[in-house]
Amino acid sequence: MRPGFTDPVQDAQSCFRAVLEAMSRPGRVQVLPDGLNPPAALHPATAAVLLTLADAETPLHHDAGAEADSWLRFHCGCPLASPADAAFVLAAGQPPAISALAQGSDEEPERGATLILQVSALETGHGWRLTGPGIAQEHRLWVEGLPPGFVAEWRAQRACFPRGVDVILCAGHRIAALPRGIRIEEG
Amino acid sequence: MAYVAVKGGERAIGNAHAWLAETRRGDTDVPELDVAQVAQQLGLAVDRVMAEGSCYDRDLAALAIKQARGDLIEAAFLLRAYRTTLPRFGYAAPLDTGAMRIRRRVSATYKDLPGGQVLGPTFDYTHRLLDFTLAAAGEPPAPAPEVEAEDAEAPRVTELLARENLMRRDEASEVEPADLTRQPLSFPAARPTRLQNLARGDEGFLLGLGYSTQRGYGNSHPFVGEIRHGSVTVCFTPPELGFEIEIGEIDVTECQMVNQFHGSRSEPPQFTRGYGLVLGQGERKAMSMALVDRALQAGELGEDRTAPAQDEEFVLMHSDNVEATGFVEHLKLPHYVDFQSELEVVRLMRATAAEPEKAEP
Amino acid sequence: MSRDEAYNFAYLDENTKRMIRRALLKAVAIPGHQVPFGAREMPLPYGWGTGGIQVTAAVLGPRDVLKVIDQGADDTTNAVSIRRFFHRVAGVETTTRTSEATVIQTRHRIPEARLTEAQIIVYQVPMPEPLFRLEPRLAETKRMHALADYGLMHVKLYEDIAKHGHIATSYSYPVMVDGRYLMSPSPIPAFDNPKMHRMPALQLFGAGREKRIYAVPPYTDVRSLDFEDHPFRPHRAKAHCALCASCTSYLDEVVTDDRGGRMFVCSDTDYCETRQAEQQKVAAA
Repeated sequence: MRPGFTDPVQDAQSCFRAVLEAMSRPGRVQVLPDGLNPPAALHPATAAVLLTLADAETPLHHDAGAEADSWLRFHCGCPLASPADAAFVLAAGQPPAISALAQGSDEEPERGATLILQVSALETGHGWRLTGPGIAQEHRLWVEGLPPGFVAEWRAQRACFPRGVDVILCAGHRIAALPRGIRIEEG
Repeated sequence: MAYVAVKGGERAIGNAHAWLAETRRGDTDVPELDVAQVAQQLGLAVDRVMAEGSCYDRDLAALAIKQARGDLIEAAFLLRAYRTTLPRFGYAAPLDTGAMRIRRRVSATYKDLPGGQVLGPTFDYTHRLLDFTLAAAGEPPAPAPEVEAEDAEAPRVTELLARENLMRRDEASEVEPADLTRQPLSFPAARPTRLQNLARGDEGFLLGLGYSTQRGYGNSHPFVGEIRHGSVTVCFTPPELGFEIEIGEIDVTECQMVNQFHGSRSEPPQFTRGYGLVLGQGERKAMSMALVDRALQAGELGEDRTAPAQDEEFVLMHSDNVEATGFVEHLKLPHYVDFQSELEVVRLMRATAAEPEKAEP
Repeated sequence: MSRDEAYNFAYLDENTKRMIRRALLKAVAIPGHQVPFGAREMPLPYGWGTGGIQVTAAVLGPRDVLKVIDQGADDTTNAVSIRRFFHRVAGVETTTRTSEATVIQTRHRIPEARLTEAQIIVYQVPMPEPLFRLEPRLAETKRMHALADYGLMHVKLYEDIAKHGHIATSYSYPVMVDGRYLMSPSPIPAFDNPKMHRMPALQLFGAGREKRIYAVPPYTDVRSLDFEDHPFRPHRAKAHCALCASCTSYLDEVVTDDRGGRMFVCSDTDYCETRQAEQQKVAAA
């Protein structure tokens, strides 16, 4: 079994701050430190985010294969669930439809799932134009490796706000986030 | 006048703590109180702190009482704050209070019943006359007479009624009860959640609410079906063993109140129950809890909810004395800033009232 | 000072931190919405800032520099006590300088200096529900938030104007966040409300006793409720600080004798001291 964080307390804290920063300033890319060597199906950023946030209280759905499965269950202890019941959904391959995941309710929108999308590249300065809370004017974000229908799906879910799914994009050591209220215009 | 901003908070806190410690100890010519003395001789205070601190540990509760100078709410708070730092190994099996080793058991509904009535160590028939012999250190009291315990089983009174179909059965449920210490309350609250809240709740608050149900605030016709106090076994299944083992025994007090129920469209007239269970010996609290539990079932039983004790949000949000004492007492923290803003607004409103045209903020 | 090793870093166990961190992320994703969380009993009483302390503990890392203020001041007893707590259980560097802090925990004030993108401000919140004086039932207010049904609050403010000629709310003045959620800014004076609007720093709110967390992301619209004919107007004492002469900062009124004598000083002690130091520098030059 490959190890998890070297220092579970401090590594989780610094990863959380990166995720918090990413969620607070959507489209800004955060770079996580080296040091994690997870199963091949998981990018280091994906693995770090799950080690930081998932545990026995958060049902997980993923498509990352057997080695990743036993690694995640050992280190996070999270139970597995269907996409509709999962608090965290990890898509290493073709992501499930956003509408197939937990959206929360108007009274309890916080029950909407967090979708962790593993993509091949994240760059700033070009690509999508993001606007909304957390963004002074606009942030540009280039995401490589998302299915073509993603932006249309995102627009559809925005109409349901405050219900919805929040997305954390992971590529290598880099992360960026798309909280549910963000508007995406293709650049 | 030269004004210098108030400084020295750090030193003031240090000095206050030193003074507190000295005051707690009191006159050093008087021997220091031993934690074991508190545990042994102020047992009901220890029981109350364990119940409201929701942590069964007599020695820690006694220590908390000593440290809190006898302030039982402060002691419960100390115990709670300690309890939250403890790792959780798992959840014990539900206690079987039917198999309690009984030290006290009384029923107000039957003159005699299987298992008998056991008065036990109770204040009930003492005459409340100050016993001045206790003020003088004297000989320990003569041991109480002992008789051979009847080995008869003591079935619960409510079960006797249920067998006659006169008592509404509480449906058994396999649903895992929520844990208030992990998940915040939400409404409507399930009965296990309500009972957990009441079991941790303040004795005085529940006593007042329970009393109000007897005086017409809430439809209540209670009888004490049974109060029992004694020891019960705690069982736990360690995941690595896979089978249940006994891990110890604790003292609890259980009260089942029997209430007449006129029936509803779906249910015939019958008796319903109010349930109270507290850690340690806490009869007043268990009885109050049972009254309030029954009052809170009003909605489920199709009764009108009109009284404070029937209002679950009102009861459950205000029962916890650690929360309540914190918020009430926080009013003594500085509020200069808010008060200043109120001053400005009150002055402005007075100016407006005096000369509506001139006043401008 | 190194930290007290008897406790986990920042006191809370890792499971609790994870639970709070998840709540924080959802709170940021739904600006102004109160997220319930499993608040723990802390070694400080409810009402003393247990919500803010739990949020700070979940956020804080060894490289952070922490500032704690109460009523704007670093040296009020409760601010001192909370700062000592974190110094002991997290060993972090603490400061009284607003500009040096990466995390600022506050009760009842927002610093006068404009906060930056490199900072997080954590508010201690006694009553997170902005509607609680009008509707104490949580089940009911939850429904109102779901429907964005805030008519009750508008009616209340309008009645104030009809009765008094002014809105009588002077602190905990309700705000709309990103046009969707009505939110309590915590009991800061209404004077501070405009600072929340499009603030570059992340704003986090923790209510321990009421077990709620909420947040305002950076650069998010935060509007104080008002009416076209009665626009929101923040109040401050019409005076200047007796120590630094500021006529724009929020002032504490200090009673100097029993014959009506009074003076005013800045509530934000770091702001006031920084100004005094600058003035001395200029005078000496």
